[in-house]
Amino acid sequence: MCGIAGVCNSRNERVDSQLLTGMIELVYHRGPDASGIHADFGIGLANARLSIIDLSGGAQPMHNADKSLWITFNGEIFNYLELRQELLARGHRFATESDTEVVLHLYEEEGEQCVRRLNGQWGFAIWDIKTRKLFLSRDRMGVRPLFYTVVSGELIFGSEIKSLFAHPAVSRELDLIALDQIFTFWVTLPPRTIFKGIRELPPGHSLVFENGNVRTYPYWQLDFSAAPEQALSEDDYVEELQSLLADAIRIRLRADVPVGVLLSGGLDSTIVTALVRKFAHDRLRTFSVMFTAKELDESVFQQEAVEFFSTSHDQIRCDGTDIARVFADVIWHTEKPLVRAAPAPIYLLSQLIRDDGYKVVLTGEGADEVFGGYDIYKEAKIRRFCAAQPESKRRLRLLRRLYPYQDNLQRQPDRYLQNFFRVGQADTSNPFFSHQPRWELTARMKCFFSDQTRESLRDYDALAELCQQLPPNYDRWHSFGQSQYLETALLLPGYILSSQGDRPALAHSVEARHPFLDYRVVEFAAKLPPRLKMKVLNEKYILKRTFGHMLPPAIVRRPKQPYRAPDGRSFFALPIQDYVETLLSPEQIKTDAVFDSSAVSKLVSKFTSGRALGVKDDMALVGILSTQLLIHQFITQFSQGASSCGQVKASYAVS
Amino acid sequence: MRASEGELRRFVVDNFLYGREQKFSDEDSLMELGFLDSTGVLELVNFLEKKYGIVVEDADLLPENLDSIGNLARFVSRKVGQTAHLIPALQTAMQD
Repeated sequence: MCGIAGVCNSRNERVDSQLLTGMIELVYHRGPDASGIHADFGIGLANARLSIIDLSGGAQPMHNADKSLWITFNGEIFNYLELRQELLARGHRFATESDTEVVLHLYEEEGEQCVRRLNGQWGFAIWDIKTRKLFLSRDRMGVRPLFYTVVSGELIFGSEIKSLFAHPAVSRELDLIALDQIFTFWVTLPPRTIFKGIRELPPGHSLVFENGNVRTYPYWQLDFSAAPEQALSEDDYVEELQSLLADAIRIRLRADVPVGVLLSGGLDSTIVTALVRKFAHDRLRTFSVMFTAKELDESVFQQEAVEFFSTSHDQIRCDGTDIARVFADVIWHTEKPLVRAAPAPIYLLSQLIRDDGYKVVLTGEGADEVFGGYDIYKEAKIRRFCAAQPESKRRLRLLRRLYPYQDNLQRQPDRYLQNFFRVGQADTSNPFFSHQPRWELTARMKCFFSDQTRESLRDYDALAELCQQLPPNYDRWHSFGQSQYLETALLLPGYILSSQGDRPALAHSVEARHPFLDYRVVEFAAKLPPRLKMKVLNEKYILKRTFGHMLPPAIVRRPKQPYRAPDGRSFFALPIQDYVETLLSPEQIKTDAVFDSSAVSKLVSKFTSGRALGVKDDMALVGILSTQLLIHQFITQFSQGASSCGQVKASYAVS
Repeated sequence: MRASEGELRRFVVDNFLYGREQKFSDEDSLMELGFLDSTGVLELVNFLEKKYGIVVEDADLLPENLDSIGNLARFVSRKVGQTAHLIPALQTAMQD
């Protein structure tokens, strides 16, 4: 795992190594073990390395034998040993034991298409001297980040946006359309980011920069058009899943450092724990977050798994005060506004993992998306079922089965609950049927936009833009696959894997690996008949059927509870953090001009007087505060944050 | 105490729209306008109980009672009337 950065200019000017040093220093947290830069005519590559495979070799940027190809690589290629064997047989000679060198040789052999052969998580750049072509690629699911921008014929790229901002030609400005998207979908629609002109390379895409022109294209696409019913028997599916997931875990244990597991207490991470134990002989190390708030805490189930598998366990206990204390740092790392504070505990947990001497952890991330675990899938199924017979009282009672862990929702009278879930109001043929209630609720936050912000967004419609981006056959997919697509293409890379994954983990130099997001597992899950994912209302049925016998029974039986953390109220526990008071003050809100100061004051007083009860207030508070932090840390006072990064910088060798 | 439509409207606008005025009539459904999230009705009930000294029973939690400014005003008047009729002493005490 690493941080990368670089520039490529079409004028063939020599790149200043100081510039590269300045860019890579800002992502020192991603790779504190070593660093290097390669500066030449037309090209500059930089790398901050977290050594995991081939600790002594594998320095970067790395070149091939005749120095015609240079690579700076962030990530892991889990099938590198198999690819290496194949390349050796084809006559390639290797100077190191690293996975990075395998990518370089595979590129020599197969060019841009080589990424289709990789099983892993990556963001990398290869400079081809002979053709003067820069090639960038990002993994299929978007586990690892990669951003870029083009300014006067120069491509500037990096694992994090802050490296791009270290380049003097790059401007720093909030993109209000992106904010509108986050205040609807929780994420931006790639390639857009919250900063004007800064693009992310979307998951599953490659980029070519040649003669000053950028071309991006997908090399892999999510396809949830399930296979025809009865393509295979249930037993066949179970067998295939068993061997696929075991292999996904086997290759994810490849590391020259010890590997731990994040144990949430849910089904997915417990399956990962069970399978890891089959491969690893040492006592397994597990990590988790506990919450002081009972309704959020899952430690009973975590403990159940720890005892069952007799792992050596470590955990943090977290409350609202802890979240408020680190939230500004969290935004420095997420580089985007959040509508939930849940990334903060992950940030704290990563610190613990690092302090315990671990660099690599496996997680259960992705299983809910691809195997149908989330309540939003159940919600859509029940809403559809109700819409078919709106008069049926029995059907309406099923709404009570949704979100059993949300007390306030459960206290709602029937008719209000029905309205909340849009029973009888939503059009079942709408392509966004499953996500409509969530997105409409989130979009209520836009009432905090200032008149100025509203005016500039007057003609913008986020849903219409998303409609344009849907896969060509989307409207012919099964409705279950449609909702899975929305969750897996948007929220997974844009929030779960970044703000709640890569960013808070790498803030403390911890690499997370996600076996359920092995592309073979994803492709398998996408083709599964929906009835095997959610059998009636039993979520992740196939996972329970396949792995249930290996797990503590209480964990198989428990209903899905998503990971949640204390939200808006965290910021008003006394003593209130200085940044909260400053950034939410009417004067500051007026100066920054994105939000309406009087509306924000009313929201703040709801919190200070204890009248804020609902998810709408929570989301708004976190959304506004994180946007204000973003403006201050990245736009108005960027040099401050950037210079504090320098405190921990290593000595950078110039190649 | 009698509930005025103006007072109720002010609460709805302040609490659910954070003062961002939006045109709606006294008979428009607050649910359909999308003003209430999953806890909106609870916030509404807290306000009515505190402000008007009434008790809102579970059986009262119906859109007919709570789902527009007009319905709210009529509901509160009815409730206050009942309470006043049942325990006038308490009412007097509360007004002191």
